[in-house]
Amino acid sequence: MLRRYSRHLLIPEVGLAGQRRLSRARALVVGAGGLGSPALQYLAAAGVGRIGIADDDVVDETNLQRQTIFSTADIGRPKAQAAAERITALNPHVAVDALQLRFDESNARPLVALYDVVLDCSDRFPTRYLVNDACVLEGKPDVHASIFRFDGQIGVFTRDHPCYRCLYPEPPPAGSTPTCAEGGVLGVLAGIVGTWQANEALKSLLGIGELLTGRLMLVDALAGRTREVRYERDPACALCGESPTVNDAREIAYGEAELDATLDEIEPDALDAALRQWTLLDVREPHEAVLGSLDGAVALPASELEARLHELDSSRSYVVACRVGVKSRWAAQRLRDAGFTRVRHLKGGLLGYAARHDDFAFF
Amino acid sequence: MTVRVLAFARVREILGSNDSTLTLNDGARVSDAWAAVVERAPALAPLARSTRVARNGEIVSGEEPLQDGDELALLPPSGGG
Repeated sequence: MLRRYSRHLLIPEVGLAGQRRLSRARALVVGAGGLGSPALQYLAAAGVGRIGIADDDVVDETNLQRQTIFSTADIGRPKAQAAAERITALNPHVAVDALQLRFDESNARPLVALYDVVLDCSDRFPTRYLVNDACVLEGKPDVHASIFRFDGQIGVFTRDHPCYRCLYPEPPPAGSTPTCAEGGVLGVLAGIVGTWQANEALKSLLGIGELLTGRLMLVDALAGRTREVRYERDPACALCGESPTVNDAREIAYGEAELDATLDEIEPDALDAALRQWTLLDVREPHEAVLGSLDGAVALPASELEARLHELDSSRSYVVACRVGVKSRWAAQRLRDAGFTRVRHLKGGLLGYAARHDDFAFF
Repeated sequence: MTVRVLAFARVREILGSNDSTLTLNDGARVSDAWAAVVERAPALAPLARSTRVARNGEIVSGEEPLQDGDELALLPPSGGG
């Protein structure tokens, strides 16, 4: 088995001790897309002992231009599963956790706690802030990268160094910054940047070299140039500053600004009375709802809301509820847009409600 | 004074250039440079709060004073992956 790693064993900075260290190390890759594809393959080839792949998406034909971990035959298959098979074939000595789920606030901290390093290969701002927050709170390095057209950014955030929120205290307004799907991305840039991410993760696991902490690496594939900019910890940082306001890993309310600000909320204490006349619409995803719901609730996960809107009756009155009161706000607005006139959402979510009711033990 | 402006990702796309120069009054600060860039490309205005500016390789606040010959990098967060 060691023969596989002979070229590593020849490098003094790795050697037998380093290779053993890698074999006992655990890395979580959030997002098996353009960045995750190369990162996963190099982590597996390097012999990282356990690799988690968190992705709830399936392979689409338009992914194959850059997501080189997948084959044409994988179209339609869950990414976590297809990627896990590929890296197991590459290195059967690696244990792979194929996590076919969305990395969200219900699982962020418990998942991060299971690994030694996290690679943020996701493609949306709420997930990026969530990875950062969970990593800082759990004391795990967040190896971050993002790509747009020809431009890549790479940086490492840890508890002892500036975090993503120090660098970018707030995301751009929802809708102002296209995703890869909307704005396009040079396929090979994903390979360059994701590979760089794997390098930072491996250095972190080995404890060698200099990490990209307090430095943001900028890759300009069009100019064929890299630059770096330095940044400091922000004393006003909401997460790691002097008076933090973010104390847990919760998904940011991204896109909230576009929602109707006059939308009626319902306080947790008023829910019981309201439910004598209104129907509770539970929009939690199945994995969030494992430990119970309320009697008479209609379950319709937010991810399926658009497709299953016809199952609801627009003449009825709904209190929309999710786990913490973020997705429900969005879902309530969707219902209003679709012509539902009597819709409220539960402030603070079912978690807030459960906190006032000992007989409910929501996850 | 004249400063060089490097633009990345979404800012580069809106500005239509990754490398340009700005002429500013003496005593100008980073926020004045940003205002001049937005004047050139008004569609950048919504990105004001999220975009960070590095002056000569160091991310600074809008209050940071500029000097002739400075190099500014306009860095929007990008979510793609």
